[in-house]
Amino acid sequence: MAKLIEVKDASFSYHGKDYIWQNVNLSVEQGDSVCILGANGCGKTTLFNCIAGNFQLAKGAINIDGKPIGDYSITELAKTIGIVYQEHSVAFPYTSLEVVRMGRTPYLSAFQTPSQADTDMAYGIMEEMGIAHLAEKPYSRISGGQRQLVLIARTLCQTPKAILFDEPTSHLDFKNQALVMKTLKNLSAKGMTIIMTSHSPAHAWQVSNKTVLMGKGGIIAQGTPQQVMTAENLEKTYDVRVKIHRSELDDAAFFCEPAFEDL
Amino acid sequence: MAELQKQAHFRETKQSRVKWAIIMVLPFVIFFASLFMGRYAVSPKEVVQIFANYFFGANFTPTWEDSAAKVIIQVRFPRAVMAALVGAGLSSSGAAFQGMFQNPLVSPFILGVSAGASFGAAMGLVLSLPSIGVQAMAFVFGIVAVAITYFLAHIYKSTPVLMLVLSGTVVSAFFQALLQILKFTAEGDEKLPAITFWLMGSLGSVGLNDLVISIIPIIICLIGLWILSWRINVLSMGDREARSLGVHTERIKVGIIIFSTVLTSTAVSICGIIGWVGQVIPHFCRMLVGPDHKKLIPATMFVGASYILIVDNLCRQLTATEIPLGILTAIIGAPVFAFLLRKTKGGWN
Repeated sequence: MAKLIEVKDASFSYHGKDYIWQNVNLSVEQGDSVCILGANGCGKTTLFNCIAGNFQLAKGAINIDGKPIGDYSITELAKTIGIVYQEHSVAFPYTSLEVVRMGRTPYLSAFQTPSQADTDMAYGIMEEMGIAHLAEKPYSRISGGQRQLVLIARTLCQTPKAILFDEPTSHLDFKNQALVMKTLKNLSAKGMTIIMTSHSPAHAWQVSNKTVLMGKGGIIAQGTPQQVMTAENLEKTYDVRVKIHRSELDDAAFFCEPAFEDL
Repeated sequence: MAELQKQAHFRETKQSRVKWAIIMVLPFVIFFASLFMGRYAVSPKEVVQIFANYFFGANFTPTWEDSAAKVIIQVRFPRAVMAALVGAGLSSSGAAFQGMFQNPLVSPFILGVSAGASFGAAMGLVLSLPSIGVQAMAFVFGIVAVAITYFLAHIYKSTPVLMLVLSGTVVSAFFQALLQILKFTAEGDEKLPAITFWLMGSLGSVGLNDLVISIIPIIICLIGLWILSWRINVLSMGDREARSLGVHTERIKVGIIIFSTVLTSTAVSICGIIGWVGQVIPHFCRMLVGPDHKKLIPATMFVGASYILIVDNLCRQLTATEIPLGILTAIIGAPVFAFLLRKTKGGWN
């Protein structure tokens, strides 16, 4: 399989001071679903921002489709990689369809605005995701989970090769978290390459075929969730003892809990 | 789309066509009315004939006095065109800034253009420059103030909107202090009142020359904002998201700042400080055509033009002596703004 995203011997520092992390290597193939876990402040969002093209590495390289990320123009990058940031409210009540249609921006020249074909495509994607009923509703008045789905639909409008998700379920309630995770699983099942950061270890088992555990200074372990998600590795990652349970109802389902007595 | 939705959509487009027709025709109707309304009575028919004679070389036999033609061509016509352009410029730059700052309460003067221009004009008046000199000083210092704001806010190759707002406040305060110094030292009998009247804002002294100088930059900048209008939607989702959608956020921001600054600086240099237009009209237009800047920006241009035309007519006809335009826009604008705020409960979400 061709490598879609490759992070090679990467190190990062803010303004040339101490490295946040060093010698990070990560290779993502077409169709992979990668979940990056780590404690607060370990630098996983920084790594995310480097792959998103927002930050530059101090050392090493990031290649996308075999080409250094720095060689991509901002529009080219937007056509190749879609980014779903955490949902947030907006100042103006655009309709959800209008927000989804913004995903066509990288395909429009400076003087162009979205055509009827762009609107139809946006609506088609919303229909496919089962959120067509939100099309005419103001984006500012739908629930947080629905907003996240609208942002995912917008990213699909960019027809990217991979989608990055920055903690896609933070701030969401239980059902909305499930809704978003189901959408991610569906996307992954259809062959979309996904990279997500998360605070919930459960997400690694739920959606990823490649899990990355990050700690202070770099990657602690990476591999399939079955290889990586051990009590020992999670303890290193989060600095707390962890018990991992296998569900009695479903052999493939795992969940973990911290050792409360240690805290 | 389902058939029912299509029908609803069709009804909406029919309705919105009527709405747009009114929005677009209204400024022209008021413009025409502004030419024959006023203390010097000229009939609408005479206005048309005067125009035909003057601009198209027609040969209608004058049924009017020479001074009537002068009033129409040299006073009312430039004044009405200027009112429309200033209204369109202030309103659309207000809407563009509100989109860029992701805040519907922002005014087009937020980056310090009015404070800079006021200082420039006051300086021109203190130095006893001719009127064109005062205008040039106001225009240049308006631009200088915004340029300082921009460079203060520019960090790490980008210009975060919060930094822009804060720098704008600092620069405004500084130029206001300089203006106070000028007022404090200005001669009490002649120059201080001149500065004070200038700051109140008026279209009273606009002549054909002012129109000739300013019409081209204003129209270029209006077209510029109109071209950027859809991208302002994307920019209003936040810098980071806009970049992820392939938008050169810095270029769009610089474009908006340049077009809006030239528009507001020109407006201020020709007719002084006219407040509350850039806030009220975009709000009102959002109620009419929705938040999509592709529709909002052109709507603010037409509605803003109508608004200033109406208010300027009130200024010159309400009382025996002319009321300064800036006073009336504030007297009308502030309560209307308060009403809109209450009605929408403070937000547009």
